[in-house]
Amino acid sequence: MSAQRRSLMWQYIAIGVFAVVYLLVGFVVRNSYYQLIMTLVLIWATMGLSWNMLSGYSGMISFGHASFFGIGGYTMTIAFVDFGITPWIGIPLGVITGVISGVIIGVPTFRLRGHYFALSMLAYPLALLYVFEWLGYQEVSLPMKRDAPALYAQFSDPRVYMVLALGLTILCMIMSLHVERSRFGMSLLAIKQNEPAAEAAGINTLRWKMMAMMVSAGMAAAAGGLYALVLLVVTPQTMFGVLTSAQALIFALFGGVGTFWGPVIGAAILVPLAETLHAELGHIIPGIQGVVYGSAIIIIILLAPDGIYWRIRDRLMQRRLGAPAPSLVPEPIAARGADTGRARSSPGQPLLRLDGVSRAFGGLKAVDDVSISVVEGLVHGIIGPNGAGKTTLFNVVNGFLAAGAGHIDFAGAELVGLKPHEICRRGIGRTFQVVRAFPRMTVFQNVIVGSYVGAATDAEAERLAFAALERVGLADQQANAIARGLTMKQLRLMELARALAPRPRLLMLDEILAGLGHDELEDILRIIRQVNREGVTIVIIEHTMQAMVKLADHFSVLDHGKLIASGPPAEVVRNPAVIEAYLGKKWMDRAKNTVA
Amino acid sequence: MTDLQWFFINFFQALAAGLLVGGIYGLMCVGLGIIFGVMRVVNFAHGDFMMLGMYVAYYLFTGFGVLLFLGPYAGPIVAAALAGPIVFVIGWLLHRYLIARVTGTRVVSAEAEGHYTQIILTLGIALVLENGGLILFGSKPLSVQTPMSRESWEVAFIFFNQARTVGFVISIAFAIGLYLFLSRTNLGKALRAAADNPIAAAYVGVDVDRSHGIAFGLGCGITAIAGGLIASSQSFQPYIGFDFVIVMYAGVVLGGMGSILGAFWGGLTIGLVQQMSTLILPYQLQNTAIFVVFLLIIFFRPRGMFGRVWERT
Repeated sequence: MSAQRRSLMWQYIAIGVFAVVYLLVGFVVRNSYYQLIMTLVLIWATMGLSWNMLSGYSGMISFGHASFFGIGGYTMTIAFVDFGITPWIGIPLGVITGVISGVIIGVPTFRLRGHYFALSMLAYPLALLYVFEWLGYQEVSLPMKRDAPALYAQFSDPRVYMVLALGLTILCMIMSLHVERSRFGMSLLAIKQNEPAAEAAGINTLRWKMMAMMVSAGMAAAAGGLYALVLLVVTPQTMFGVLTSAQALIFALFGGVGTFWGPVIGAAILVPLAETLHAELGHIIPGIQGVVYGSAIIIIILLAPDGIYWRIRDRLMQRRLGAPAPSLVPEPIAARGADTGRARSSPGQPLLRLDGVSRAFGGLKAVDDVSISVVEGLVHGIIGPNGAGKTTLFNVVNGFLAAGAGHIDFAGAELVGLKPHEICRRGIGRTFQVVRAFPRMTVFQNVIVGSYVGAATDAEAERLAFAALERVGLADQQANAIARGLTMKQLRLMELARALAPRPRLLMLDEILAGLGHDELEDILRIIRQVNREGVTIVIIEHTMQAMVKLADHFSVLDHGKLIASGPPAEVVRNPAVIEAYLGKKWMDRAKNTVA
Repeated sequence: MTDLQWFFINFFQALAAGLLVGGIYGLMCVGLGIIFGVMRVVNFAHGDFMMLGMYVAYYLFTGFGVLLFLGPYAGPIVAAALAGPIVFVIGWLLHRYLIARVTGTRVVSAEAEGHYTQIILTLGIALVLENGGLILFGSKPLSVQTPMSRESWEVAFIFFNQARTVGFVISIAFAIGLYLFLSRTNLGKALRAAADNPIAAAYVGVDVDRSHGIAFGLGCGITAIAGGLIASSQSFQPYIGFDFVIVMYAGVVLGGMGSILGAFWGGLTIGLVQQMSTLILPYQLQNTAIFVVFLLIIFFRPRGMFGRVWERT
């Protein structure tokens, strides 16, 4: 059994133990008020899991999960009150409307980032709140069905509700667990840590975010439906109010972001605390719950911004120092190494052709009418002084920036207008001038994110990632190291491996040698040459000439956005225009004078 | 009168009401705009500072009646103006002990992660202020009752509510005063320098964290004054903050995040939208109209009308 399977099994056992213990406690407790609190803990845990699914994993902070909670609750209630539909059907109906509203909200809102996203998510439930008040749903009670209570999910024993809520929570926990362990969760994690890098690694970020939104909205709607069923009454303020959205976020953050245990821990601690205080002091101090939640979030964000779960885990890890972290590297791999790529088409023919490509920022022409042809199988160096437009050119080729004019042809297909992940999919990998790592993921996880685009299954992705790590020499001890602690050279190699993992035909390296010492530089040059010998075409940016002369077969020189020279290295370095661009005219004249 | 005449009267009535409310919203937005402009912090608790301003004005004038001696006309205005310095101190203290820990020079490098903690911290502060307000002030809707609240000036069939008109004039005065402060005084220039480039400002000797504290307090104080002014024509309770957060952000985003002058025009526009929406929508949906406008602005013109490009790709 692989390490991953084993760890999955342990998680299942832990969830099972949690469920059994919770049930036992629930059946021992006699006081119906405590039973209600135990049910509420589970409903809010589900709500926290819902928030965690979107915001915890992908990092897009939502302040508006009350939208889905309220839609789920109101759908069930309206179906019941106005149409006599039993909650057994009403709650699933609510989940469906919740998911649909998730899509409707997601389509426009995912164009936004950071605080714009958070702000607009806050606006949706507030807008809905007024709409529902205006529609006359200020306070809707569920009618009692005394003739057939079970048919309408009405039970005199509150423990039945607790069992229902427990079932929902466990379901959501298992879903979250599987998301965490799959390419879905890995892609969300990559988006959270560095969205451009995720795009460049071939991840369709919009698609995964939308999936997360749909799953998340469904969970929140189910929680809302169950909440309405348990409390027997809905009001716009309880369903759509800011406190509802805030609670979802608070439980997840307090317990631990990005793990399905977090929201459960958070709700289990905070809900009883706030409810008890409210019951004991609510008549004297009416807002006590909100103060507790608000203070909890202030304290946690200042002292342990990742939440209790991670704090405890880090402590335990420290105590067991020396014991290796659970391995995520697949054990024996059949096709170890020797797997260097797809079939190559035509060495010697142009693979990438830029034709009159331009890109301006306001009045500044960063790239100005550049035409370059990259021959398959060669190392093509793009050189030029600082600010010459080299990185901008890369960003245009791999889709981060739209070309203002011109065409880019890669293996016979037009690239202009494609998104970065689509371009990656066609076989272009890249590294960045400033390393774009996913800092909290392991080296192996960093690389596997890159390999999904070239792999049909998760197992194949693991294989590709491992092969890429072997190619750059990081396969052994470093594979399980956290990226944040790596040296510059290891980071560069890791990024190289991530770009290599899906077996690209063309690799674009942006100053991969920057910030390295002489020996390290030689190591990386050796690896790049090896990769090139295995058939990968390389375009590399550098502004140090020495390294480039040793590496490149062909030079293109940019200055002020224009292509000023192109040809074999020996020829280009003697070109007066190139020397002038590098040294300036005054120095050129002086050099001439000394020679003469 | 004919239907058409009624329509025009209603139209101009809504326009007038929108302008008057919008002027006060404009001042409110300027307060938020300063904080965002200088600190790049999204302050979710901002509506609650406005709420505090309302209660300060209420207690100074109606509740404890400290300012009753100024009479029913000057009293509410002085009360609103005094809300400024009082809330300034509250804002400054909150910045000093909480917000400064996740903003300013310490976190300049951690761009994405910094935002995340700031947003959530201010959400926590908002919850504490709102519910703390509920504990301290109770849930009963209040308003600062003055003779002007119910009286109107009538000009060509259009009614100008006196309290709102006075609030409008005073808001404009404060906005102009603030503009002069930022453009003429050394402290104002230091604030703008810290807004422009915190690292460069630090190199030329601007104490960035101190500037941030002043900017945060100032932003809160300005918005509190606007809150105090609007309190004499609108009832309020401790939960009013979040509604106004959206109103204010709508204004600030519309004006262009980072532009303080733009924030004023943005707020004015939002006031117009809110009041004009009552011409076609039911009264209860006027805030929904603002939220929809806010979303439309964010989707189609996130840089706003006067915004600078500050977000780097």
